[in-house]
Amino acid sequence: MKNRLRPGLWIPLAFVLIWGLAVLVLRQDTLRETTFTLLMFVGLASSLNILLGYTGYVSFGHIVFFGLGGYTGFYLLSQQGWPLYIAALAGGVLSAGLAWLLGLAVLRLRGAYFALATIGINEAARAFVSNFAPFGGATGLFVNFSAYDHYGGAGPALWLAFILLWIITLIILLTSFLVKHSRFGLGLLAIREDEDAAMVMGVKAPQAKTITFAISAFFPGIIGTLYFFKNGNVEPGDAFQLHMSIEALVMVMLGGQGTVLGPLVGAITYQGLRGYLLTSPLFKSLHLAVAGLFLLLIVLFVPAGAVGWVRGRFSGLRRFLE
Amino acid sequence: MILEVRDITKKFGGLQALTEVTFDLPQGQILGLIGPNGAGKTTLFNVLNGIYAPDAGRVIFRGEDITGLPSYEVARRGIARAYQVVRPLSDLTVQENVMVGACFGRECFSLTDAAKIAGEVLAQVGLADRAQQPAGSLNVAQKKRLELARALGARPYLLLLDEVLAGLNPSEITAMLDTIRQIRDRGTTILMIEHVMQAVMNVSHRVIVLDYGRLIAEGLPQEVANNPEVIEAYLGDPKIAERLMRG
Amino acid sequence: MLDQLLSSLTDGLLLGFVYGLAAMGLSLIWGVMTVINLAHGPVIALGMFGTYLLFSHVGMNPYLALFLVALLGLLSGFLIYGVAVHRVIDAPHLSSLLATFAVNMILIGVGTALFTTSPHNIDYPMGSLQLGSMITIPGTRFIAALGAVAFTAGLYLFLYFSRPGKAIRAVANNRVAAELMGIPSAQVLALSFGIGTMLAAVAGGLISTFFPFTILSGGPYELKSFVICVLGGLGNPLGALLGGLILGGLEGLVPTFMPVSWVPVVEFGLFVLVLLIRPSGLLGAK
Repeated sequence: MKNRLRPGLWIPLAFVLIWGLAVLVLRQDTLRETTFTLLMFVGLASSLNILLGYTGYVSFGHIVFFGLGGYTGFYLLSQQGWPLYIAALAGGVLSAGLAWLLGLAVLRLRGAYFALATIGINEAARAFVSNFAPFGGATGLFVNFSAYDHYGGAGPALWLAFILLWIITLIILLTSFLVKHSRFGLGLLAIREDEDAAMVMGVKAPQAKTITFAISAFFPGIIGTLYFFKNGNVEPGDAFQLHMSIEALVMVMLGGQGTVLGPLVGAITYQGLRGYLLTSPLFKSLHLAVAGLFLLLIVLFVPAGAVGWVRGRFSGLRRFLE
Repeated sequence: MILEVRDITKKFGGLQALTEVTFDLPQGQILGLIGPNGAGKTTLFNVLNGIYAPDAGRVIFRGEDITGLPSYEVARRGIARAYQVVRPLSDLTVQENVMVGACFGRECFSLTDAAKIAGEVLAQVGLADRAQQPAGSLNVAQKKRLELARALGARPYLLLLDEVLAGLNPSEITAMLDTIRQIRDRGTTILMIEHVMQAVMNVSHRVIVLDYGRLIAEGLPQEVANNPEVIEAYLGDPKIAERLMRG
Repeated sequence: MLDQLLSSLTDGLLLGFVYGLAAMGLSLIWGVMTVINLAHGPVIALGMFGTYLLFSHVGMNPYLALFLVALLGLLSGFLIYGVAVHRVIDAPHLSSLLATFAVNMILIGVGTALFTTSPHNIDYPMGSLQLGSMITIPGTRFIAALGAVAFTAGLYLFLYFSRPGKAIRAVANNRVAAELMGIPSAQVLALSFGIGTMLAAVAGGLISTFFPFTILSGGPYELKSFVICVLGGLGNPLGALLGGLILGGLEGLVPTFMPVSWVPVVEFGLFVLVLLIRPSGLLGAK
């Protein structure tokens, strides 16, 4: 379908593709690490966007899927010796399944109640995992260094994690585009605009929301596994940081919710800003405050985010900025 | 008989909204539903639509008992609704609005087919030139047309119109009535709530009257207009009673 | 065992009064303008620091300092409302959630720069109270509970017997109608927000008299406030007090039967459960 090759899709894909290739060619460890963090947030923000941007449901505690999926995947690869690919996939599947189950209950709530419920779920999950012996309780799990030999040593293992994350990010962007331009996606947008009117028009809102929630949870589960694998350990404090959820939310808002390019632009801008603030002697201790200020200005004055604003102002560019 | 409504009763806390409402609607007819404000007309629509389940009674559509089904199931079976207080999907374009109706209504069209149908329907209601505008930017009369277009996009067997003429000036009313007649001519059955008396009396085959949740009269427009109970129900507004008398 | 249980329970209930006071601020803001103030945590922390600074640098009695902290809390509420909330008050919920969260980030960022993350505490012992032969209560806790009750009573008197209070209730009930009757809704909203933050700041001040704290201490209390508000009904201040007592009581009871680390699981499990089963809370929402 000629629809599928629209610029709105291949611009973000090409960007990530080229950046990733550059990292692989240059073979620099620091570049790989910063790109890893960046891609991680692009993935998290894009996944969140599939829920938030398309259905309008705000998940504040979305990081819980990163945490639980990541824990599961990490447990499977470190304690059970599963290969990384399968463990990561399993983490994603667990997150998706959990989201589906939770969604059946929690997606009945609207607006702020839903947001609060997701925060509650994240905190409950963190507290639970801190007590859950198979997952190492409060100390968490760590991987035996020899496990990396399976992949040819620590160095190649880190590169493998990077490549997998790179591929997953491309898949997430593609999924985001396909959902938006499908019949299913049209139903989601209708739900976002007016859920009751959408149902009267025949959109099966409860099912559509649950499926979307599961999709938006699947990828963070995989990303979590890759992240913890790279770090070599996982503990409750790292896995369920509400702050990461909110940062992903900020990136989606900054870049433009409901667009494919938006989360990408938002992640790059936010990470760039953060990096600058952390290394600048003037702003080092104030980076959180400055980030907060940016968020406030966006929410108050440009709620459509960067991409949304440009699309509104320059309708000719709509084709290129999806 | 496309719609059979039997003994529909609905209570909200202490308020008896509908009491044993019973009527039939043959296929291809336009049935007017009138009654004073607060009579329960919109509540009846909400029951037919699946937004509320009735406390008692049954709704049978094309031979199937649809009582208590959720609104999206009712929509899938071919009942579409245009709301009194318009509810456009504001950030979507006019065309996308109609496409939602087409994609999720009776026939579950694909995106490409839905776009074609949207084009036809928008031409029918006179909004074709505004297809790419965001729905939120239309004025009230245009939004009402969009409501209608969205409902039509689903190719329904039965169309529920809730005061589509409210807020329109006389020439807009005439245009809308023509459109309604065209819709009926293409085979869609219509049940319409209206306050604009001349309009509903002119365009309906039959009329039913609700007052305080009860069906108090049923029949041809002329009969209903001369029915003493109906006149008494409206006596609060002598102008309407007079207009009814004049037919 | 029994005396340990009773002690824990009493302790928890006393703490619950203070939790309730903090949650009341959140509940009031929600009730009046349907905004969830995500800057609630830092305001509590600022109340803690305000009291501490007045105590340690000015030598003020911390309980007297509370009144000044209350005033500061009120004024900061006006500021936060005017800067962040006013513009997005009628926008979709997400906007106000993010706006108040942005204020949270700003406050924590500036606070961390000013105070670092090292803990502080106020050393102002008030002896202890004996209740019967089994229960000993630290004086600071007891006074804190009294303070919470006093402020709650004050809030009720204000809401029901003063003109601004009645205006607040009118706006909470139906903003448009209130405006039509000549009530300046923007000012009333600012006042409500200010009272909400004032309660949070005072609660923080009370907590600082018996727990050590850092600039990040507000966070857990903010989470507890969410749980309490949902338990008691968002928008219902009396419900917040009840919810606070329930939560405090739970925190006192649970460690007797399970390891302390399970307390958050119980708290948040209950939270999600109430949201699902009875989102309007035990006493009904606004």
